[in-house]
Amino acid sequence: MNHRHTTLRDRARAIAPGLASPALLALAILFLLTCFASLPARAQDYNAALDKFLSDSFPDTEAGIAGVQAVGDPRGVPVIEALLDRRLLVNQAAKAIVYRDRAGATFDARTGEPAAAPDSPTTVRLNNRLRGIAQAALGAMTLLSPDPTRRRQAAEAVFRSRDASALPAIDQALARETLPSVRDALRLARAAIVLTDDATPMADRIAAVDVVSASADRDRIGLLRQVMNRAPAELKPALEAGIAKIENVLKMREIAQTFWFGLSLGSVLLLAAIGLAITFGVMGVINMAHGEMVMIGAYVTFMVQETIRNSAPELFDYSLLISLPLAFFVAGAIGVAIERGIIRFLYGRPLETLLATFGVSLFLQQGVRTIFGPTNREVGAPGFMSGYFEFFGLQITYGRLWIVVFAIFVFAMLLLVLKGTSLGLHMRAVTQNRRMAASMGIRTGFVDAMTFGLGSGIAGIAGVALSQIDNVSPNLGQGYIIDSFMVVVFGGVGNLWGTLVAALSLGVANKLLEPFAGAVLGKILILVLLILFIQKRPRGLFALKGRAVEQ
Amino acid sequence: MIAALLAEKLDGRGKIFLIFLALLALLVPICNLLVPAGSAFHIGTGTVVLLGKWLCYAMLAVALDLVWGYCGILSLGHGAFFALGGYAMGMYLMRQIGTRGVYGHPVLPDFMVFLNWTELPVAWWGFQNPVYAMFMVLAVPGALAFVFGWFAFRSRVTGVYLSIITQALTYALLLAFFRNDMGFGGNNGLTDFKDIFGFNVQSAGTRMALFLASVAGLVIAFLIARFMVTSTFGKVLVAIRDAESRTRFLGYRVERFKLLVFVVSAMMAGVAGALYVPQVGIINPSEFSPINSIEAVVWVAMGGRGTLVGAALGAGIVNALKTTFTTGALAPYWLFVLGALFVLVTVALPAGILGAAESLIKRMRGSGSPARKPAE
Repeated sequence: MNHRHTTLRDRARAIAPGLASPALLALAILFLLTCFASLPARAQDYNAALDKFLSDSFPDTEAGIAGVQAVGDPRGVPVIEALLDRRLLVNQAAKAIVYRDRAGATFDARTGEPAAAPDSPTTVRLNNRLRGIAQAALGAMTLLSPDPTRRRQAAEAVFRSRDASALPAIDQALARETLPSVRDALRLARAAIVLTDDATPMADRIAAVDVVSASADRDRIGLLRQVMNRAPAELKPALEAGIAKIENVLKMREIAQTFWFGLSLGSVLLLAAIGLAITFGVMGVINMAHGEMVMIGAYVTFMVQETIRNSAPELFDYSLLISLPLAFFVAGAIGVAIERGIIRFLYGRPLETLLATFGVSLFLQQGVRTIFGPTNREVGAPGFMSGYFEFFGLQITYGRLWIVVFAIFVFAMLLLVLKGTSLGLHMRAVTQNRRMAASMGIRTGFVDAMTFGLGSGIAGIAGVALSQIDNVSPNLGQGYIIDSFMVVVFGGVGNLWGTLVAALSLGVANKLLEPFAGAVLGKILILVLLILFIQKRPRGLFALKGRAVEQ
Repeated sequence: MIAALLAEKLDGRGKIFLIFLALLALLVPICNLLVPAGSAFHIGTGTVVLLGKWLCYAMLAVALDLVWGYCGILSLGHGAFFALGGYAMGMYLMRQIGTRGVYGHPVLPDFMVFLNWTELPVAWWGFQNPVYAMFMVLAVPGALAFVFGWFAFRSRVTGVYLSIITQALTYALLLAFFRNDMGFGGNNGLTDFKDIFGFNVQSAGTRMALFLASVAGLVIAFLIARFMVTSTFGKVLVAIRDAESRTRFLGYRVERFKLLVFVVSAMMAGVAGALYVPQVGIINPSEFSPINSIEAVVWVAMGGRGTLVGAALGAGIVNALKTTFTTGALAPYWLFVLGALFVLVTVALPAGILGAAESLIKRMRGSGSPARKPAE
């Protein structure tokens, strides 16, 4: 005996125990017949309703839909769905009603069992009115579905159709519903019906406005505006208040959204610039190859993921965590090599340093292009980076959130290293007065190399994060170098807090300008404003106070 | 009298440089136009165009050396002035196309018709007039340099800060010119030129004339720069380069000197761009890209900054290398070579090729004097 039959029979017994006699059960040959005969009145109604579809005439089909809805049998849901999609096939002579699922397999509508398609079937036709009725019926039937997601979707469907005939079903569902989120959706659907129905008493309609404007989205404000067009005078003040309330919330949300995007862009800028804040800000070395350190970090991530894919796929979610130290050491080692090999010959000649490191950046770019090819490389997002959650109506993606968190974390760690370790102390001593530091016994050459390595390593770490949001290509670093310098110069050279403030405010300013000026023009505006700013305060936002005058 | 003045202003290498350019102006037309195509001494039109291009680059290098080598202003945005001059010339050339464009519109260039524009933007007015267009070749880069320099030098933005904001300047222009709404052809830039001053741009005669104009442009730019740096004005520039604050304390208005030399240099770069565009036949926003400006800096550093002749020489050498490397099998290695050049020149050849060669000659003559400083 099939599992499905068992459940049906059990249910039949539970509803009408008297009818399911053991004697009938014993008649195995007459099993099917038994099954149908012993079903309760509900099942018979269901079959009777289905029979209406056989004639394929509009009035009968309408009666059929109403009947199936009234019975509320879960088997009816796929039937009505099939009807809507023109997948419901009948043969009046053979009294066969089957539906085809989306894959093309056919099922008996009465039992829900796989069944052969009848000979020369006709598709049950619909007109627009019937289509609406069928959709509403489907909505009402799924309102009682055991799956909460489906219930909510059904409530949302009713909200969109605003079909008054679904009102009893909504009330019924509302009485049984326990989940708050589904309850809200049901209430909203009910309010939409009440609002659009001119027959309901005015007090109910005004109350419905409050329900609708309780939270804000485009659909709700659309509903209120639609009602507004032909609302009676008594209803108008309530509607106006409701619309104003929603508009207010939407505007606030938009501002919050802009700030969040700005913050997220700012944290990207911070990540890209923070290593530069060490090499340029603390050491005074113009490192044009900084962007390439970021790029190398991103390629390290790519290689780590590639290795994991090939040998240990189960570690994929940890790929970024594994990449972080590796990127730090690879980029840091390259940084130390650059410092020892080139930059140390050029201290005190900033313009030459700029040119030499630019040469290094060309070299690294072309090196990566030769090894990995000029095209974008695929870097995947681990599970915890994908998806989003809602926060007061704002969609916050985990990817953005993690990058903000990570940028702040890196910033804090760097601050800790500079202010809390002996290496940080030595770094600051050497950059403030090299000769004095040397006479105190600090190995200035070693400290220089370590400082440059630290800055480069942090750029590498930034590359791991940026590989998640940008194309991993040899040109990755180029896009960040000018922005990074702008951030460091804007914030004030040699001041980490300045870098933080500068990165975040530039990010927010960029996003604030975007709606008015467009992305490209916004960027140009920011550049121009920065150029003007540097004219006004050549030493940045938080300049170090001092008496030093060059020459 | 002019000869006497020249003799006074030019040092030995300047004379050699001018003689070299005169020879070039004499021999290239002969070899191109008079020597038959089969001869070993024949120079093809392609080579003439290539040489003309290098001469324009050399002019840009001289302009850059004037500000960097003598006044210590490392501009990473000189490509912007070059491109602006080029755009001014390109706009003149576009207006000369007239009804011969694809859409045959008498006034609007093709790309505007394509964008469904009906009227010529104000920025394009008057460019059909060659005198006005040539004026704009000087005026637009000059005005930009004036405004930019006025702000920058007055507020004493110096050193790497200045370098970075000049780079930001050219980057901002790059982004702006990529936009179609700017009305300068967007991504594709300006191209498909037909006539220049009534002559066909493609004909061998016009190309030779443009080549000779480039030689003349380089000579004039060199002489202007040379006159500037050998005058009292030039001495102040060098003083600013070596000790800006001290010069200011001596009573010189440093920002005015800087501004003047910056504007002159920008105009020179603009003329170089204007000569460049009809020879290569296109101007597009990529000319604004920061790498172009930085490459120009490497020409100067490679040849020897603060020498003018060295800058022109460097432009020639680096571009000859570039042409060798970017054509054929060596193409992937060009950026390695360029990158290595940057490092080599700054670490090992601070005085550039010219400086290294001259100190070598001195040492061989046994004069015993110490090697010349990077920039005299």
